[in-house]
Amino acid sequence: MSWPILSTITFLPLVGVLFILLVRGEEESAKENIRRVSLITTVFTFVVSLIIWINFDTQSPGFQFEERADWLGGNITYRMGVDGISMLFVILTTFLMPFCILASWRSIENRVKEYMIAFLVLETLMIGVFCALDLVVFYVFFEGGLIPMFLIIGVWGGKRRVYASYKFFLYTLLGSVLMLIAIMAMYWNAGTTDIPTLLAHSFPAEMQTWLWIAFFASFAVKMPMWPVHTWLPDAHVEAPTAGSVILAGILLKMGGYGFLRFSLPMFPIASDLFAPFIFTLSVVAIIYTSLVALAQEDIKKLIAYSSVAHMGYVTMGIFTMTEQGVQGGIFQMLSHGIVSGALFLCVGVIYDRMHTREIDAYGGLVNRMPAYAVAFMIFTMANVGLPGTSGFVGEFLTLIGAFKVNTWVALFATSGVILSAAYALYLYRRVIFGVIDKESLKSILDLSVRERVILVPLVVLTIFFGFYPAPVFDVTQASVDQLIQNYQAALDTAQQTASLAH
Amino acid sequence: MYSAIVFLPLIGFLIAGLFGRMIGSKASEYITSGLLIVAAILSWIAFFSVGFTDAPPQHVTILRWINSGTLDVNWMIRVDTLTVVMLVVVNTVSSLVHVYSIGYMHHDPHRPRFFAYLSLFTFAMLTLVTADNLLQMFFGWEGVGLASYLLIGFWYQKPSANAAAIKAFVVNRVGDFGFALGIFGVFYLFNSIDLDTVFANAHAFVEGEHSEPVLDFLGYQLDAHGAMTALCLLLFMGAMGKSAQFLLHTWLPDAMEGPTPVSALIHAATMVTAGVFMVARLSPLFELSHTALTFVTFIGATTAFFAATVGLVQNDIKRVIAYSTCSQLGYMFVALGVGAYSVGIFHLFTHAFFKALLFLGAGSVIHAVSDEQDMRKMGGLRKHIPVTYWMMIIGTLALTGFPLTAGYFSKDAIIESAFVGHNSFALYGFWLTVAAAALTSFYSWRLAFMTFHGKPRAPVDVMKHVHESPYVMTVPLMILAAGALFAGLIFSGVFIGEGYGEFWRTSLFTSSENHVLHDMHDVPTWVKFAPLVMMIGGFALAWLFYIRSPETPKRLAERHEGLYKFLLNKWYFDELYDAIFVRPAMWVGRQLWKKGDGATIDGLGPDGIAARVQNVTTWVVRLQTGYIYHYAFAMLIGVAALVTWSMFGGGSAH
Repeated sequence: MSWPILSTITFLPLVGVLFILLVRGEEESAKENIRRVSLITTVFTFVVSLIIWINFDTQSPGFQFEERADWLGGNITYRMGVDGISMLFVILTTFLMPFCILASWRSIENRVKEYMIAFLVLETLMIGVFCALDLVVFYVFFEGGLIPMFLIIGVWGGKRRVYASYKFFLYTLLGSVLMLIAIMAMYWNAGTTDIPTLLAHSFPAEMQTWLWIAFFASFAVKMPMWPVHTWLPDAHVEAPTAGSVILAGILLKMGGYGFLRFSLPMFPIASDLFAPFIFTLSVVAIIYTSLVALAQEDIKKLIAYSSVAHMGYVTMGIFTMTEQGVQGGIFQMLSHGIVSGALFLCVGVIYDRMHTREIDAYGGLVNRMPAYAVAFMIFTMANVGLPGTSGFVGEFLTLIGAFKVNTWVALFATSGVILSAAYALYLYRRVIFGVIDKESLKSILDLSVRERVILVPLVVLTIFFGFYPAPVFDVTQASVDQLIQNYQAALDTAQQTASLAH
Repeated sequence: MYSAIVFLPLIGFLIAGLFGRMIGSKASEYITSGLLIVAAILSWIAFFSVGFTDAPPQHVTILRWINSGTLDVNWMIRVDTLTVVMLVVVNTVSSLVHVYSIGYMHHDPHRPRFFAYLSLFTFAMLTLVTADNLLQMFFGWEGVGLASYLLIGFWYQKPSANAAAIKAFVVNRVGDFGFALGIFGVFYLFNSIDLDTVFANAHAFVEGEHSEPVLDFLGYQLDAHGAMTALCLLLFMGAMGKSAQFLLHTWLPDAMEGPTPVSALIHAATMVTAGVFMVARLSPLFELSHTALTFVTFIGATTAFFAATVGLVQNDIKRVIAYSTCSQLGYMFVALGVGAYSVGIFHLFTHAFFKALLFLGAGSVIHAVSDEQDMRKMGGLRKHIPVTYWMMIIGTLALTGFPLTAGYFSKDAIIESAFVGHNSFALYGFWLTVAAAALTSFYSWRLAFMTFHGKPRAPVDVMKHVHESPYVMTVPLMILAAGALFAGLIFSGVFIGEGYGEFWRTSLFTSSENHVLHDMHDVPTWVKFAPLVMMIGGFALAWLFYIRSPETPKRLAERHEGLYKFLLNKWYFDELYDAIFVRPAMWVGRQLWKKGDGATIDGLGPDGIAARVQNVTTWVVRLQTGYIYHYAFAMLIGVAALVTWSMFGGGSAH
């Protein structure tokens, strides 16, 4: 067995935690050391994670870099591996972490040690979710990730942080319990929790329906899909900037990833059955939350609602089960990870200066902050889905996939492009354009060097993937092909069985 | 060479945009303008080498773009006659506008940004006209929309400019909504969005299968013909947005909030003609749908007439020209709708010269009278700014179709083609364009008379400062004036006359039943003279109203106050849209937020559950310290239960 690269990446952040624990004292130099250690750890993890992208075999649809070790008496194994669907999410996670550390450099002043530990533990758990090849291991990472996130919102959050985390708690609890029961049922039926084996296993149609619903309960909350989305705006508003970046950038993607890894390949018959239901919820999400975003008075809330709308494109795309729809859905998730993360970082920039997120408290920022205005404009345009930014590619592909399946769905979902332009540009106008007439804003400063270091790479990537998304599609193509083939084959078999029975 | 034409403006944009503040305004201006002039010269070379030889259409591949399954899209440059015509229009006007702006924007502190935007616009427009597939066309389409948004809102301190910028972008998005659906449909039917592949299969597709439904569009089972019509109408919706056609026109007059060179470049000569270009480029598809073409004629004719009526009474010098642009675009669509694609493109070509001339001339006037745009406060400027005056007169002559000027050839050709067109709205198009010709003549001369003739109405201190513009502004005017005078005379032969076939070759498609271009040469004499008569009538009336007895229009307006108000308020479209779209959307958004999310979902969900369990406050207080552990605990128990069960129970089952 070669070097266990995936476990290395997964647990590298914990090494950083060890070092942080060694730092003693509360004085400024200690805090600075902790920040440095965290930054070095996350950057190093990112660099190491690039190895899997470089060595990734784009021709192979199966799992790569596999590792396995016996765990818990042999029935449950510690098994890791990535394929074209999960690999880029690992990279996205390790990529966003250094930005989160940098964004918290000055804005977090108390309990720096605990804060950084929470983030590094969170990183381990998030990477684990995308690498796990055993249901139980997946479940542990999946649910475990919520604890540091709760702490981050609950301890370092805004005024209504307790309400926000409690809301999150109520929503997520229901989903997790149902998923756990479903996992037990799957084990009972298939005799294993090994994901590759389960992917090849075909569950009885009746059972698929129940399992699908149980997994759906968990993933739909995570996405979040309408109507279980209302925890997200509150959580975003209360979370510190870096918390919002991780929430929007990575945690929301776990729902979409879950659908692709479990619901679609393991329960194809149920997925086919429920697809119209998903389309309906997606379309409602796109239109409903876009309209709600139009009426927001809080910048973070507006972006949070727009996230829900964008996730609507993802669920719509992947449940079309067309090549374009699924690839578009994956791309949309990756792009949204970068763009919405960047938007929250942009909000963080002005929040750090003014300590308010009220749109009305701003106006005319371009006069004092031209560089900030440019960065914010680029991310706004990516959010709107302008061609030439990464936001367009995913949106376009999911829509073209939807058109193949149902023109009504495509029609309603496409109307989102009008609404997104309206709310995003309306926000931009109120915050950035106009005359500076508020006394408090007259001495506001443009981006600092640290903030430029954060935003410039994100700008570059947003535009790069808008013009040249091929590196992403090269990775996902083979696995997505296989996913769709197996799905179709399973449906065909089911149909034959059904016709034989009659 | 073709890559250079497309990418030189991009280089200019990057230099001025990224390093503008470092290298200063002067350097930014010279670099962007210089690169654009080079691109313009190369475009003319391309024009003659492609249009007047028998070089086959060329394709230059730049980069892979989106490859997913059967969808395979690359960045490519496609060069055929239609492309080179557009290259010439775009780069010529753009380079002149760049140069002109050096003078016009002289006092503005943000010149590097302005020139960067202009070059960005030019780049986007060039990717649009050189597109080899629908997606790249869509990229350019939205890219010019972005540049237009940025340039309309260039003076970001003005609330009206910001509002106009958003309006332009969002209304265009309404059109793009249709365009995007059209692209999806094309991909669905042809499994490709490459122009060549689609064109090659389109004819066989429509001719081949009949009556069998090929597309389930919104519940309608469409056969091949129906599907093609649906696609063309969706694509045309994009053209309506970009070219400010009736119903989606409301953004164009407001777009005049941007600096005047922008109005000349984007909102007159190039971007707004993208819709015309698109229909011409997709002529192999449109030609297969009689219904869609009829609709194009209807919309075009309606716009030509409607916009001209509004133009009659506007007082803002730029808005008059904006409505005129809207109206002239309507003319072009009439030509496209009756199948005379080359005539539409020819009018696009000549219109670019004289409309850019009029706008830049108006800019020169505005420059002279200290940024005043209201024509009621002008008058008598003829003696003070003679060069501008004469250039504006040339532009007006060309626009109204004075014999042998550019507009005379292209506009009369449109009216004639509408007369011989075969679709059921062709005659509707004919009569409305003839009527609009009179209106055009009236409002154009009204503009000229109100601005340059009569007594000065501007305050004395403004009149004291009136001065002719510098050469950097007047020379571009003269070049455009030369185009406005001679472009028709020189090029009508190849665009719409004898040399038609050899010039366009395969870049425009006309089916074998389409004889419009041939028939239009044999129209009755009265049809040939109708536009001329209309022009003279409009001129005479304007002369009567604004030179002979300036009191008449006021009395007329008072007597027909309802009609006057109706026209002055642009048929109340803004008010209507505000009432049925904008305000309801905001209202629904607030309702969904407060009532939907707040009262219903949260009320029945988390908040409701909490309220039932206990008083929320005590709940929260108690949870504040402990709930995370509760949660972690619940999870751990779950995992432990599963593990135990699997080790003892589940394991033995197998």
